[in-house]
Order: sequence, then structure tokens, then C-alpha cells
Amino acid sequence: MNNKKTLGQKLKAWPLLLPVVCLLLVMAVNIIYDASIGNNPFSFFKITLQTTTGNGTILYGRIIDILNRGSEAAILALGMTLVVSSSAGTDISVGSVMSLSASVCCMLLAGYGVTSTSELAVPLIVGLLGALLVGALCGAFNGFLVAHLKIQPMVATLILFTAARAIGLLVCNDMIVYVRNDSFGFFGSFLGPIPTPIVITVICVAILATVLKKTALGTYIQSVGINPKASRIAGLNSKTIIFLTYVLCGFFAAVAGIMQSSRITSADSNNIGLYMELDAILAVALGGNSLGGGKFNLAGSIIGAYTIQAITTTLYALGVSTSQAPVYKAVIVIIIVAIQAPPVQAYFRKKAAAKNAAKEVA
Amino acid sequence: MKNTKLNGNTILLFITIALFVVLYAGGCIAYGEKGFTHFQTFLNILITNAGLICISCGLTVVMLTAGIDISVGAVVAMDCMLLAVGMQKGIGAVPMILIILLIGVVFGAVQGYLIGYLQIQPFIVTMAGMFFARGMTAVICTDQVSITQETNELFYNIANYKIKLPFGGYINNHDVYVEPYIRVGVVVALLVLILIFLMLRYTKFGRALYAVGGSEQSAAMMGLNVKLTKLKAYVLCSVLTSIGGICYCLNTMSGSVQQALGYEMDAISSAVIGGTLLTGGVGNVVGTFFGVLINGTISSIVKTNGKLASSWPNILTAALLFLFIVIQSIFAVIREKKKA
Amino acid sequence: MENNVVLTARGITMTFPGVKALDNVDFTLRKGEIHALMGENGAGKSTLIKCLTGINDFEAGEIHIDGIEGPVRNHSTRDAQNVGISTVYQEVNLCPNLSVAENLFIGREPLTKLHTVDRASYNKRSQKIMDDLGIEIDVTQNLENYSLAIQQMVAIARAVDMDCKVLILDEPTSSLDDEEVEKLFVLMRRLREQGVGIVFVTHFLEQVYAVCDRITVLRNGTFVGEYPIAELPRVKLVAAMMGKDLNDLDAIEKEQIDLDKSEVVIDASSLTHAGTVKPFDLKIHKGEVIGVGGLLGSGRSELARVIYGADKASSGNLKVKGKEVKINQPIDAMNLGMGMLPDDRKAEGIIGDLSIRENIILAVQAKRGMMKPIPMKKQEELADYYIDLLSIKCPSREAKINQLSGGNQQKVILARWLATDADFLILDEPTRGIDVGTKSEIQKLVVDLAKEGKSIMFISSEISEMLRTCNRMVIMRDGEKVEELDKDLTQESVMAAIAGGDKAHE
Repeated sequence: MNNKKTLGQKLKAWPLLLPVVCLLLVMAVNIIYDASIGNNPFSFFKITLQTTTGNGTILYGRIIDILNRGSEAAILALGMTLVVSSSAGTDISVGSVMSLSASVCCMLLAGYGVTSTSELAVPLIVGLLGALLVGALCGAFNGFLVAHLKIQPMVATLILFTAARAIGLLVCNDMIVYVRNDSFGFFGSFLGPIPTPIVITVICVAILATVLKKTALGTYIQSVGINPKASRIAGLNSKTIIFLTYVLCGFFAAVAGIMQSSRITSADSNNIGLYMELDAILAVALGGNSLGGGKFNLAGSIIGAYTIQAITTTLYALGVSTSQAPVYKAVIVIIIVAIQAPPVQAYFRKKAAAKNAAKEVA
Repeated sequence: MKNTKLNGNTILLFITIALFVVLYAGGCIAYGEKGFTHFQTFLNILITNAGLICISCGLTVVMLTAGIDISVGAVVAMDCMLLAVGMQKGIGAVPMILIILLIGVVFGAVQGYLIGYLQIQPFIVTMAGMFFARGMTAVICTDQVSITQETNELFYNIANYKIKLPFGGYINNHDVYVEPYIRVGVVVALLVLILIFLMLRYTKFGRALYAVGGSEQSAAMMGLNVKLTKLKAYVLCSVLTSIGGICYCLNTMSGSVQQALGYEMDAISSAVIGGTLLTGGVGNVVGTFFGVLINGTISSIVKTNGKLASSWPNILTAALLFLFIVIQSIFAVIREKKKA
Repeated sequence: MENNVVLTARGITMTFPGVKALDNVDFTLRKGEIHALMGENGAGKSTLIKCLTGINDFEAGEIHIDGIEGPVRNHSTRDAQNVGISTVYQEVNLCPNLSVAENLFIGREPLTKLHTVDRASYNKRSQKIMDDLGIEIDVTQNLENYSLAIQQMVAIARAVDMDCKVLILDEPTSSLDDEEVEKLFVLMRRLREQGVGIVFVTHFLEQVYAVCDRITVLRNGTFVGEYPIAELPRVKLVAAMMGKDLNDLDAIEKEQIDLDKSEVVIDASSLTHAGTVKPFDLKIHKGEVIGVGGLLGSGRSELARVIYGADKASSGNLKVKGKEVKINQPIDAMNLGMGMLPDDRKAEGIIGDLSIRENIILAVQAKRGMMKPIPMKKQEELADYYIDLLSIKCPSREAKINQLSGGNQQKVILARWLATDADFLILDEPTRGIDVGTKSEIQKLVVDLAKEGKSIMFISSEISEMLRTCNRMVIMRDGEKVEELDKDLTQESVMAAIAGGDKAHE
């Protein structure tokens, strides 16, 4: 009895409780649905090898699909988590920055003014580095406004939210630039049997996790996010740290931008990264991170990102159309955040306390 | 003797107005021969942006409480779609408008409850609201639905009704006197503007909005009902969005899932350029009105030029946002220094 | 119930997680009296006030208010206002973006026939209210344009104007200067004549004796007693608050140092921070404890902050161990071997959501730089060492620091600086809000550190504490360093220097 209770309490204190429960719920829905229509109830988890004409033998299955399509959100969520933690605000420009980086990348690769090509104008690496640089610069711009001019993050990033996509269009001469080249398309297709985006995501996560483990960056970011004044007195340079998180966020946005543009081997400025900032922010919130800054949990954000993708994929599997899916997404989001809301939590606690009191009396 | 109230915020409003004048004058000088100097050009800006004026007023209200509502663009799309489909099904224009307004109240009340009473971040709640409304639009209908004379005579007539103005006309190339006109939407928008201006300045609710935005804790300490004030603010914003949506629909005369994409950011940037702080407690619909005019003038200039890329309005708006945000932060620094 | 009683609280009990903040506390307030509520930090004063004003929901006890049947339980400040309880807090609870007049009338604005707010009317009434209080300001200006003192007066004016039966003033004087305090007292006395019961919370003893009729003392969440002012002289009041005779504290043996021979660690000349600290010269030697005395707002904290770089010096020179240095921010000072425990623990000390371990290693980590993290094992050792050394009471080293009591939090911050092995430590109010036992522990620690050859700057509002620990004292007044006291360190000499005006002893 006693043991059981402590397990329950432990579970309650587990930071990943919320995102994992959400993910499990989504899986449960899938299982029930598959069972109800007479499929194998576990077809959701089935991963098979399939031979395709273009890509050779590849992994196939709904889980693979979720991991693949959730890559952009997961990568954005990495940067967003840091930004939220350090500055108690969100970077709403990441979607736009994705688009700008993609535009810059394709423009460099195709050459200015060229709208469709299969020949690269410059070595691939130049295009990639150019895009990453632009992403980091955008992050630096945001970071400067937030850290040095002390502008509210949402307001500061509103500027690039509006401008970055537009600049991307300008860079591409108001056109969709196609780069039909396999070396560029690689980032959106397959590495052996595995979709490349999954590999890239794993690499990004691994790099960031290593940096957080091998340096004191994690402690610094959280410390600055919780109490910037005290952190300063204790010798931390909060401006530099906040600035750094924004640069990282911009950098990851560029990675996601390259990936999405590589999937369609073109820079479609109007559509790349559209609404991605919302998914990224949602992933952070779903991951059990407070949008008020402070402590963060990277694993939670990543699970959050895949949960969102899982919800979307599930909805499609249930026959909901792409344009209608947001309705369900909205309802799910509200339920999840409402459960986390302080007054609701207080209500639950009160109820639990009353129950305990009743037990003690009995 | 009285030190006139020339504080930072008033200066900011002057800058906004001055900027509009400069931009407009610049447009007149550069594109005079293309008809930019005509009074009608200005009226066209009003006509095009009638809906945006209403919605920006709504956003100003929630931004005063240090909140935000990014659902407005999607709600406009939903309203337009509902109007189009509803009238196609034979429901009258007046009942449809009432339904839209009612939806505004309910939508705002739900958002306001979640934000005010459950203390969920406005950005998250209204983001969900945005998903919901955009998805709902698709649920209602995924095609583009037009409103024609056959669908609803009354609505069609309202949309096409020109209110002629007795002044400011000009004689065109064919020696015909062109009378300047506005449309019904403009009258609605200006009415909304005046009403919200008076409401903010002269009602208890209006002042409570400022108090809540200035310091939520203090407002509560002074006995104001912060939660209810926030709820009301979101309801008001949603209703204004509904009105704005109807005005918007009068211009487009159609409903489609992709309509009014990014409209929320136009509204937010108008309010910010007009001097409303996203941190709450400071702002005024007069500024917002000029913010809308500035945005409209930029679009109008780019359109008149004809050769500029379509992305220039966005870039220029962003540049202005940057300018205003930096000025605001400089004022904030000066105020801090003065206090110390 | 006595006839003239306006408010009684009986048996109020309130628990915060792990702490009994109030245990069976009684409080009685009569009409037309100024009643001081006294106690050290953590005694339960603010908790009691929050129970009266509906911010805290107490567990047991009853509150009765004159003219209202049955016990009263407030659930919000609004409820409290409705039963006639108004409160003015230390931090101004007004809206800076509204005009003075609006701040006076918001939520209860007079209305015109059209049900709109009657600006003209409340502007006029506000002007009259402020004029009556002798505060000459333009009430149509935004509140943020005025000093904190004026804002405080506006807050009081608002409470007063609301026809309250009970006016609670929670440390209202901490940001006011003497003249403004006197104005406030005039106002308080006037209200007393009108029959208002005033609860006055302050940490300035002189003010209590200047204006109060009666004193209720709390200690560690319990009721100690209620006394008419005449029956409780200062010494007894302090004893009641501390629960211990002052003399009980063991004398601490101080090391005598020869200033001429010992090395100069800090040498400031004409160091200034515009607006708060006028240019000052100061030499601090190796192994000495130098006290900085002065009233709150005299520049005593600011002086330390300038040296440490918490506020960047606007002019002047600073030499550390004989070398000219430039300090732009705290990390520069830390790299020169300094450390500072700030006075506002909550705002500038603790990193609330981080663990005790992380809080302790933070400054050491900052000194090492981001790229050289301290290995986890080393972190744990450090944390355990200091938890043991300072006997920090905590569930585990991984517990969040904001779960600890104020005293233990302070020890954690102290540990943070001890861990950096700083040669020059600034301790700004290190014993504030800490029980007497811990207080003397910290004082001893300070002296011991000095014996080890460290230099300490000790800032405190308690003169006796500084007398016990310091070798030398610097006195600040109005942002100016007015005196350095060396040999003649007594309560009287320090008091005289702090108070100023009398230069007879020179």
C-alpha cells in the first residue's frame, strides 16, 4: 500500500508525465480505431521494409512517418525550448526564418534569378552554410532586441515574423525556385532505408544534448530564466546567454528550413514553415515546460513535437482532411493546457486533500 | 503653468501621425500623376481597410490588458465563409449578421474564460482559437463560395452602395466630374472607432482595462475584478472581429479557407505602430487608426508603383515596427533613468 | 467585546507547507488608536495582515468587525474593503500608467448622468484630497512621473478616502524621507481623531514611539502580548520581539589589526554612482571587517554595489591589491576575488526553482566559465560540505531552494560565496529575517573569515550587530560617506554619526 503510493507520487513528480501520457493516449486512439475497423490493432506500430522505384528499400510504417514528418517541429522545439527558458518569451519568427533560410539556400544553389535548375551554381556546402548563417543572423537580430534593448520577445520577433518571409520572396524574385538536384534533395529523402530528416534530427538532438552536458550552458540558461538579477550578481552575463539562445533558435530554424525545402526540392517562400512557430511553441508547452521561463526539459519538448505530429497523422488516418484537422488540434491543445492551468490544478489538489482527509477520518 | 502632458506616449502618437503625413505626402509627390493625390485614393485606403480598423480596435482593447488575440484572422475567414454559405442556403442577411455577432460573443467568452479565469497564456489560447476557426472554415466548406446578387440581394446592395461625399471630387481625363465616395463598411468602422475611443476614455470598463494592463496585481488590490475585465475584453475583441469580418466580407464578397491569412499580424502591427504597448496599459485607438492608415498607405504606394515586388509592404511594415519598438524601448529607458 | 473595539481576531492559525506561519494568534484593534504590530521578519506580521485582508485563507480562528454580525471571512481585498479594511503596502499597489486622480478613484469613479466616468469631478476631488494632505502635485499627470514617496502617499490617500474603519499600513515609511514621514504621522493622527483604527507595521522603533498608542508583539507565528505603549520601553520591546535578552549573545572575540601594516585590498578613490552615491574614498585592509552604517536609503548598499560592479561606477578609480582595475559587471569583480551577498535575497539572491546544489555552485561555475562545467561529483561534494558546515536544514541537496526557510536560503547564498573562496566579501544584511541563533552563527563566521585573512564588508541596519563584528565602520548619509569610525566604536558614536547634525564629538 505504502509502496504503491510512493510510486504514484514519483510518477506525479516525473516531468515527462504529461507529454508521455498524451503520446500514449494518441497511440490508444490508434489501436482502438484500427481494432474497430477490423485491422490489426497494432498496425500503428508496424514497421516494414518496402522497395520503391526511386529510393530503393526503405522503412515504412506510421511510426516512421510520424518521426519523419515531425522532424522540423522537433528541431524547432529544441531552439524554442532554450529561448522560452532563458527569456520567458517565445520566438514567433522561426517559421518565417525557416522560409528565409530555404530561400537563401535555393537562391545560392540555383544562382540569383534562376527559377528552375538541376545544376548547382555553387558547391552544395556554400548554400547550406549560407542558409545556416542567415538563420543565425536572424536569431542574433532577435537576440539583440530581446537581450540588449529589453524588448518583449514576442514583440521583438514579430518584426522578423513579418519581414523574413517577405525578404525570402524578394531574394527569390517573387518566384518559387526549384533546385532539382539529388545532392540537395538528399536532406529530405532517405539515407539508406531511413528518412534523412530523422537522421538529421537525431544529430541535432545529440549535438545539443552533448553541449548541455559538457558545458554549464543548461544551468546558465535556467538560472537566467528564473532570476536574471540574481544570476547577474552571481557572475552570469544574462544578456550574452539570452542572446545565445536566440542565435541557437535561429540556427535550428535554418536547419529545419533547409530540410523542408529539400523535401520539395524548392524554395516555396509562401508555404515553407507556415505555422511552424505555433507547432514549436505548442511542443514546448506540451513537453511540460512553463512558457513563463526557467526550468526546461528538452526531452519533453521533443516528445511534445512528435505528439503533435502523431495527433495530425492520427487525424488523417481517421479520415479528417488536412484543412479540418486544426479544429481537433485546437480542442486537444485547450484540454491539455487547461489541465495544467493553476486554478484547475488547485481544484484537483483541494479535491485530493478532501479525499485524503475523509480517508483519515474513516 | 500646467506642465502639458507631453510624456513619451503622447510624443509617440505624434510621431505616428507625422509618419502617416510624411508617407502620404511622399506618395502624392512620387505618384501624383498616377492619381495618388486624389481624395478618393485616401478614401480607398479606408474602404479597403474598414475591417482592419474594427479588428485593430479590438486588438488594442486586449493589448491594453497585456493580452493578445491571434485568432482574429481565422475568425474573419470563418465569418466570411459562414456568411457566404448561410446566405447561399437562403438565410437572410440580417439573421446571418446576428448569428455572426452571436458567434463572436461566444467565441470571445470561451477565450476570455480560459485566459481570465483559468489563467492560461493568451497566446496559447488564441492560437488554439485560430486553429479552431481556420479548421471550422474548412468544415463548413472547403471551396471558395461567392456572394452574388442572386444569393442575397440585400447584402449585395449593401456591399455595392456608394455613399457619395459632397466634397473633394475631381475632373478626370474624360472631363467627367468624379464624385468621391465611401462604402458602408467605412461608416461602420469609423463608428466603431469613435465608440471604442469613448468607451476607453469615459467608461469604468475602459479605465479598468488600463488599470489591469498597468499592473494586474494592483488592479486586484484596488478592488477591480481582473478576471471579469479580461473576459469582457476578449468578448469585445471577438465581437469587433465579427463586425470587422462582416466589413471584410462586404469587400471580398466571398468565403474561402485561405482568406485573411496573417490578418492578425496586420492588426497587431497597426496597434503597435499606433503606440499600443504589448506589455499593456498604454495605447489608444486613435493611434491604432493611424497605424492602419500607415499600413494602408504603404500597400497603396506599392500597388500604385506597380513594379515593386509584392513582399515590399511586409518588409516596410516590419521596418516601421522595428523603428517604433526601438523608440518605445528608448522612452522606457529614459523613464527608468529619470526615476532613479 | 469591549465597546470601542473595531476589530478582533481570535485564534488565527495558518500553515504554509512545512511551516506554521500563525499559531493561535489574537489581535484587537480599538477605534481611534494607532496600533503597532511588531515582530522580527518571519514573526507572522504580514501573514496576519494577509488573513485580515482576505489574501490568505486561514485555517482556524475568527475575525469580528464592529457593526457586522457574526464572524467575517474575507476572500479578496475587495471583500475586505467592503467591511471597511483598507491596506497600504510597502510596495506601491497602484497603476503607474494611470493618472494620480484615476488611481485615487478607479473602481469607484463618480459617474455622470450618462453613466460615463466623471473625469472633471474626480480630478477636482483628487486635487482637493492631495492639497489637504499638503502634497503639491498635478493629479492629472500619470503616477509614474512621480517619486516613490509621492506614490506611497497617493496609496495612503486612496485608502483614507475610502471611508475605512480599519487602515492597515504595512511598512509604509520605508521609502519616505523624514519630512514625508512626519506628514504621514500628521495624517495618521488626524485619522485617529476621526475614530479610524490604524494598524501600523514598521521596523523603525522611533516611529513606533512617535505615533503609536499600543503594541502587539508576535514572535515565530505566536502571540507574545499586547501592551500600552507606556508600559513597554524600547529595551523590553526588543526583548519581546527577540525572545531573548540581547546580552545573551556571547561576545565575539575580534582580532585587532594594525591598519598601517596590513595590505590594502580595496582602494577606492572618488568612486561614484550618479544619483545614489557621491564620490567617496575608501581603503579596506586584509583581514578586517568593515561595517557600513546608515539608514535605509543612505547609500550604504549602493556603496557596496558600486565597488562590486552590481551598479557600474560612473566615475572614480578602484585599485584591487594595488592594481588599477575597471569593473563593468559583477563577473569582473568576482575574477578579482570579490563576492557579494545582496540584501534582497528573493530578488537578487536565490534562483528559486533550482536546487540547493545548483545554487551553491553557481558562482564558482560562473568564475570557471561556461565551457568548464564542474563535474557532478565535485558539485555534490561542494554542496554537502557547505550544507554540513553551515548546518543548512534541508530535505536533500537536490531540494529546490524556495522550499527552504528564509534563514536557510540565506545560508545557501552565503555558501555560494564561501565556495568561491573570495578574498573580499560584501555581506549586505546577511542576518535579515533570520532567527537569533543563526544570526550569531553568521556573525561568528564573519569574524572567523577575517581571522583567516579575508576582508569583509558588513552592512546591517542593526548597529549592535555591527559593533559585535566590525573592526572599523564607515557611516553613510544621503549618499555621502560622512565618517569613518575606528577606535571609538560605541552605540552612541555610531548613532550620532548616522543621525548627523551634531558634530560636537569632532
